Amino acid sequence: MTSALMSERTAELRGFREVQRLAYECAEAVAAQLKPGVTEREAARMQRRWLHGRGVRDWFHLPFAWFGDRTAFAGFRIPLQFFPTDRRLEAGMPFILDMAPVHKGFTADIGYSGCLGPHPLHDRLLADLRAHRELILREVRERRSLREIYEDVDRLMVRQGYANRHRAYPFGVIAHKVDRVRQRRWSPTLFGFGTQALKGLASDALHGHREGWSPLWSPYRFSDHPPRPGLWAVEPHLGFRGTGAKFEEILVVTDSKDPEQSAFWLDDDLPHVRRWAEEEAA
Amino acid sequence: MTKGIEGARERRVRTGGIELCVAELGDERQPTVVLVHGYPDSKEVWSDVASRLAERFHVVLYDVRGHGRSTAPVPLRGGFTLEKLTDDFLAVADAVSPDRPVHLVGHDWGSVQSWEFVTVQRTEGRIASFTSMSGPSLDHFGHWIKKRVSRPTPRGVAQLLGQGAKSWYVYMLHTPVLPEMAWRGPLGRRWPKILERVEKVPGGGYPTASLPSDAAQGAWLYRDNVRFRLLHPRPDAYAHVPVQLITPTGDAFLSERLYDGLAQWAPRLVRRTLPAKHWVPRTRPDQLASWIADFVTAHEQEGTSGTSWPPPAPGAPGLYAERFAGQLVLVTGAASGIGRATAFAFAEAGARVVAVDRDGEGASRTAEMARLIGAPEAWAETVDVGDEAAMEKLAEKVAAEYGVVDVLVNNAGIGLSGPFLGTTTDDWRKVLDVNLWGVVHGCRVFGRQMAERGQGGHIVNTASAAAYQPSKALSAYATSKAAVLMLSECLRAELAGRGIGVSAVCPGIVNTNITATARFTGVSEEEEKRRRKRTSKLYGMRNYPPEKVAGAILRAVLDNRAVVPVTPEARGARLLSRFAPGALRAVARLEPPL
Repeated sequence: MTSALMSERTAELRGFREVQRLAYECAEAVAAQLKPGVTEREAARMQRRWLHGRGVRDWFHLPFAWFGDRTAFAGFRIPLQFFPTDRRLEAGMPFILDMAPVHKGFTADIGYSGCLGPHPLHDRLLADLRAHRELILREVRERRSLREIYEDVDRLMVRQGYANRHRAYPFGVIAHKVDRVRQRRWSPTLFGFGTQALKGLASDALHGHREGWSPLWSPYRFSDHPPRPGLWAVEPHLGFRGTGAKFEEILVVTDSKDPEQSAFWLDDDLPHVRRWAEEEAA
Repeated sequence: MTKGIEGARERRVRTGGIELCVAELGDERQPTVVLVHGYPDSKEVWSDVASRLAERFHVVLYDVRGHGRSTAPVPLRGGFTLEKLTDDFLAVADAVSPDRPVHLVGHDWGSVQSWEFVTVQRTEGRIASFTSMSGPSLDHFGHWIKKRVSRPTPRGVAQLLGQGAKSWYVYMLHTPVLPEMAWRGPLGRRWPKILERVEKVPGGGYPTASLPSDAAQGAWLYRDNVRFRLLHPRPDAYAHVPVQLITPTGDAFLSERLYDGLAQWAPRLVRRTLPAKHWVPRTRPDQLASWIADFVTAHEQEGTSGTSWPPPAPGAPGLYAERFAGQLVLVTGAASGIGRATAFAFAEAGARVVAVDRDGEGASRTAEMARLIGAPEAWAETVDVGDEAAMEKLAEKVAAEYGVVDVLVNNAGIGLSGPFLGTTTDDWRKVLDVNLWGVVHGCRVFGRQMAERGQGGHIVNTASAAAYQPSKALSAYATSKAAVLMLSECLRAELAGRGIGVSAVCPGIVNTNITATARFTGVSEEEEKRRRKRTSKLYGMRNYPPEKVAGAILRAVLDNRAVVPVTPEARGARLLSRFAPGALRAVARLEPPL
């Protein structure tokens, strides 16, 4: 790889890292403002306003907020149920904030799990997500097929006693590709998803279909291929009897021969990672 | 001669022209629990509960006026009004615990009068909590009747008639002289036998010899209060203390419906249900003592004002919590699938859980998560249910360390599929060892403990839809499960007389890892692997969650159901097995789509 290419890639990753950090900052800022009585709609609006104030004009998808047993997608049957409702936050309720802003053409897609007040079970779920983050990275570096990795994550969840709740996402995906998005003056959304981003995903899907890969990391046959170089927003989602927790962040996959360089998390300085480090230190 | 309660210190308390016989047990520095007996009883009805509570509390019992060794008012008429009974209680409370409020526990008429104590002004600050069993407030009862009479609905009228029929003895007691003659004559003589036969009250020193005169004089409890209070219920009968209501579901004298609107009168109400008949202090002393102890402890720090009601445990309200809170539940095969989901469901209801599995790591995980979702205690035990010696040892350990199991779920099972002619005797042994012998051992060792304790319990055995749905591919598995089903039915008949219920649960196709570990006989190892994967996939597509089976198990225990098919296909097959067995036989010949 020439140095010009290298520096271009570094700059690109920096752009993604910045918007991911921005999104996590937003999540932490909004989470700090949540109090009993706030509705999901209000929490989603708070995220949108916060990011809009910092220059975000386009979205991979608009912010979501799930409270209480909606964090485990209890009783979800149709995709419309993902959208924020008038459910009010109460003391002791878990919540998830999930947003995917596009900033300066770079996309982030993050998920932030928290709880209003102490909740030992929720703490346990968050702690148990760590094993999934490690498993996914390890197996991607081993170049296992995405479908197999999905099944291994599933098995780990079953061993932990949890239900796989990312299966509720469209196509049951645990991850999807994200990419740069061209900035337009007008960026409409369709069912909460930015049309630019959808266009990118659709074109990836088309290319992938011809070449035997898919931008969606699912349990189905179309994901039965080794990890495709690019940026993947990975979102394992645990559910346990009305309590759910997830993280979502970007995994960078390259075609490097060096295992360390072949896949890595875009940023290791994220709230959930810091939390695990603190727990380990304590 | 009446025999006192062992180890009790007795004293006499004079009040309102009579003398009450008061017995005390336990350390006087501990919180005081006052037990009030019913009709026709004397304080000895509490002997088993009192001795259990005395280890932790200062337990006080007294004979209600006219009963046992307390004297009777003269004349009897007008001497048993609730106002006078309240005087008696206050006199006892002042004598045994002058500066601290007492925790009140009442059964039957003891509960009826205790409701009066906790709803009148003058006892405020003297009572810290009240546990009521089988005795409603006459005022609440009066309002209950009024509401149903003044605005009759079909359901309301049915409830009224139902309770009206259960109250036959109340009408009898209102006739003059006859009840006294019966009690002092043949009824009094036969009463112990009647209690034993009809109410399943174990004999052995109860009722006491004073029964005929207790029952004859106690009739005035009814005559002095019932008519007046039911016709003129107090409008302000609100409980000023936390109330724990324990409802025996098999009570022949009181309908459960009486308590439907109780939360309106007792704002701080905790409900418990117990599958037992009326005389729970005699038949279920362990469970009562544990619930009373928990309730008293929870409200001891709080004092009398009751401002800091502790927030309910997560998932605590509901029918299951009322029934299973604090009970000891043992689940085998609890490291995964239905067993794990069942352990969690019981944990959510507040039960104490023992998770048994040969996969020790999985069992520990189940116990750990169970504690997080509401089990006050949970333990993991690594045992192979097919191993007789290990099961014996487990039973000893459980009895010694955790107590007698209240609900046993024999769930551990393994899958085996393949043609009979391709199944080795070794395969047979493996599947029978776990699926049948595991259940046999479980029922033997824990069933015996339950029977010996003599305070009821429940056994759930996980059978399968294959127990009645034959299949050419499941000869060994289906045989083992059919055996479990029949074992459960026989055991149900055998243990019914001891108050132990037995249920067989037939789940059907449920998405668990039984498919990933199942043995496929008569094929190469590679083919076996492929079939495991394929069946797991098919079961995954069916995707019936084990949590729903767990729900069915709790419901089966609650309703004491005999056979519970769970998934729609299991229900359908059950129906067909009765009405069109030929159709099932035709299905049995189909090659499974593997």
